[in-house]
Amino acid sequence: MELILSSVDILARWDVLLALLAGSVGGVLIGAIPGVGPAVAIAILLPATFSMDPIVGLTVLLGIYGSSMYGGSIPAILINTPGTAVNALTTYDGYPMTARGEARRALSLAYSASFFGGVFSVICLILFAPLLAKVAPLFGSREIFLAALLGIILVVIAHRGQSLIAAAMACFGIFLNTVGLEAVKYSKRYTFDQSFLSSGVNLIVVVLGLFALSQAFFLLQGDDEKIRMTKLRGGLFQGLRELARHPRVAGVSGTFGVLMGMIPGVGEFTAQFLSYTYAQKTSKRPQDFGHGSSEGLIAAETANNAVPAAAMVPLLALGIPGEALTAMMLSVFYVHNVVPGPQLFQNQMDFVVALYIALLILNVMVLIFLLFATNHLIKVVKIPNRFLGACILVLSFVGVYSLRNSVTDCMIAAGFGIFGFVLKRLSIPAVPIILGMVLGGIMEVKLRAGMARVKTPFDFIDRPIAMVLFLMIVGVLVIHFFRVLKDRQDLKEAKWSTKHASTNFGMHMFRRKRFLSRERGRKVRETHLKYNPRSTDKR
Amino acid sequence: MSSPEEKRFPGPMRGQLVFAIVFFVVALLLLSQIGEQTKWVKKTKFFAQPRFWPAVGLVGMVVFGGLHLWKLPRRKFERADYVEWRIWLVAIEWVGWFLLYVLLVPVIGYLPVTMIFMPILIWRLGYRDKRMVLISSMFGLGVVLLFKSFLEVKIPGALLYEYLPGSLRTFFILNF
Repeated sequence: MELILSSVDILARWDVLLALLAGSVGGVLIGAIPGVGPAVAIAILLPATFSMDPIVGLTVLLGIYGSSMYGGSIPAILINTPGTAVNALTTYDGYPMTARGEARRALSLAYSASFFGGVFSVICLILFAPLLAKVAPLFGSREIFLAALLGIILVVIAHRGQSLIAAAMACFGIFLNTVGLEAVKYSKRYTFDQSFLSSGVNLIVVVLGLFALSQAFFLLQGDDEKIRMTKLRGGLFQGLRELARHPRVAGVSGTFGVLMGMIPGVGEFTAQFLSYTYAQKTSKRPQDFGHGSSEGLIAAETANNAVPAAAMVPLLALGIPGEALTAMMLSVFYVHNVVPGPQLFQNQMDFVVALYIALLILNVMVLIFLLFATNHLIKVVKIPNRFLGACILVLSFVGVYSLRNSVTDCMIAAGFGIFGFVLKRLSIPAVPIILGMVLGGIMEVKLRAGMARVKTPFDFIDRPIAMVLFLMIVGVLVIHFFRVLKDRQDLKEAKWSTKHASTNFGMHMFRRKRFLSRERGRKVRETHLKYNPRSTDKR
Repeated sequence: MSSPEEKRFPGPMRGQLVFAIVFFVVALLLLSQIGEQTKWVKKTKFFAQPRFWPAVGLVGMVVFGGLHLWKLPRRKFERADYVEWRIWLVAIEWVGWFLLYVLLVPVIGYLPVTMIFMPILIWRLGYRDKRMVLISSMFGLGVVLLFKSFLEVKIPGALLYEYLPGSLRTFFILNF
């Protein structure tokens, strides 16, 4: 109780409350505009938060992170376009509901499910915080190295079908992080005798290039979409009542969200997939899934909103971000010399709980805001894409230039912007680059420290947590290896089933030719027989 | 007709080949420079060598990039690839716009450049509606007021502001 009171004390400031309000409203707006998304907004706002107190800056960013998914459900339900990437599953059941005239019911249900997911995860984590505080100090350099390695492996294999290029991108991130002056031996690495490379490649510059500028170029290069909006009828409060009728689906989805959120590199998509599959398999009406099922909508929205709070666990407890957004937030900690990790959990537990309480308040604020402002909010969906692109271009400048007032930084960001644009066009993930940069830096420091007292390779994993993490890494790799083998087998089967003699184009033509010539031959022979009957034929 | 591999490929096939080739070649070139660009320090453990982590990154880029290139379902250029390259090249125009904006702000000033740049860019994008042009200019004003005046982000005053009379000069340098 004392802990919670001291945490509330940290939050009881006008600037924190203002940050909460700005973060929640801003996050909903950003989420509701397809094509912007929280990554772009957080990348742009990062340098602006450096001048704020850590709690204020983090509250703004957390606000955007936590509330953007609420906003993202609006275009997903109304126009079948997810506002943020994680709202993709919402379109499956949300849009069919709109198509049959139940848009308001779908929105109300999505808000309620999101609210439940958000609050559920925060309460879970506040309750688990003392336990986490006990476990976190058991993580030394070796354990943090292994956890970071596990995170990077999970991020790579989470991109199913693209693991190779995702791994290459993660390695590119690791390489980018090494550019510049090495801190221990003071030797230059890949600077090519250029002074601007001596200080290394700044993470924020890369983030702004890969997420904000690339998105601006992508929108500027594309076309405006014509959007037909649906009028909303009915009350928005009915969703809370409907949610209460499905406590099992909501509870299990929230649990999946919390568990998946805590594992670095897994995140919303896996949580949603598991929740949705569970809801469908246990539903009395599984045939409705994908055609406007309320349970499907609850599963998708509850799971994705339970993730942000849980994703803060590896970041705060171990200093390991599990995804791009938390990786960006890590830089806010570094700027203020607050090093997230076991020490933070031991010494500043009230700060950690304050962040969770801020998330709790945020969820309440967002729900109230959405219940009353949805009618006006849906207008932002209509903002033309190319106009948005111009806006993001101008806003990106603030992010990059305010960092060090350097034109070189802007040029590097523009370079990464065009690189990110190409990645977007090719659907190649950019997130592994950011995680490679962040986790690569952590791994370098922790491996050096961890290896100092290691004599044999087994010494590295002789502690229980290190051993568990090592076994997890081996397990994940083995599972991935078997999955790749199975995919290859499926592909082989698909090839066999489609590419045999009967469907081969050359063989098809040959058979056609043979048939025609046979048919033709028969006719010709018949004609010949008609005029030149065989002598043995009866007349 | 696309093969089962192409059908299962997550993402478009156009442009993939050239990207994979360029990525692999650049990674190889960077790896070939590792002796020049990093140092091997004596009396230092293998894992603490300054060369270790660049090597991890670059070897990973070469190996995984090479495997990605090798496993690509289509390994020949088609017409769609050339169209894709043209789109990449055309996008460089927006980089030019961004850099122009970056270069003009320290000379003319954040407020005037943003308020003029946005409508011009909007015009270039094909919006001829006066309302859109006005909204874009107002957006520019809003951005400057929010970031420079309210949040006080570090954007230095422009050269042009130096010619403003006394107190107005200070006011503009601090707020716009």
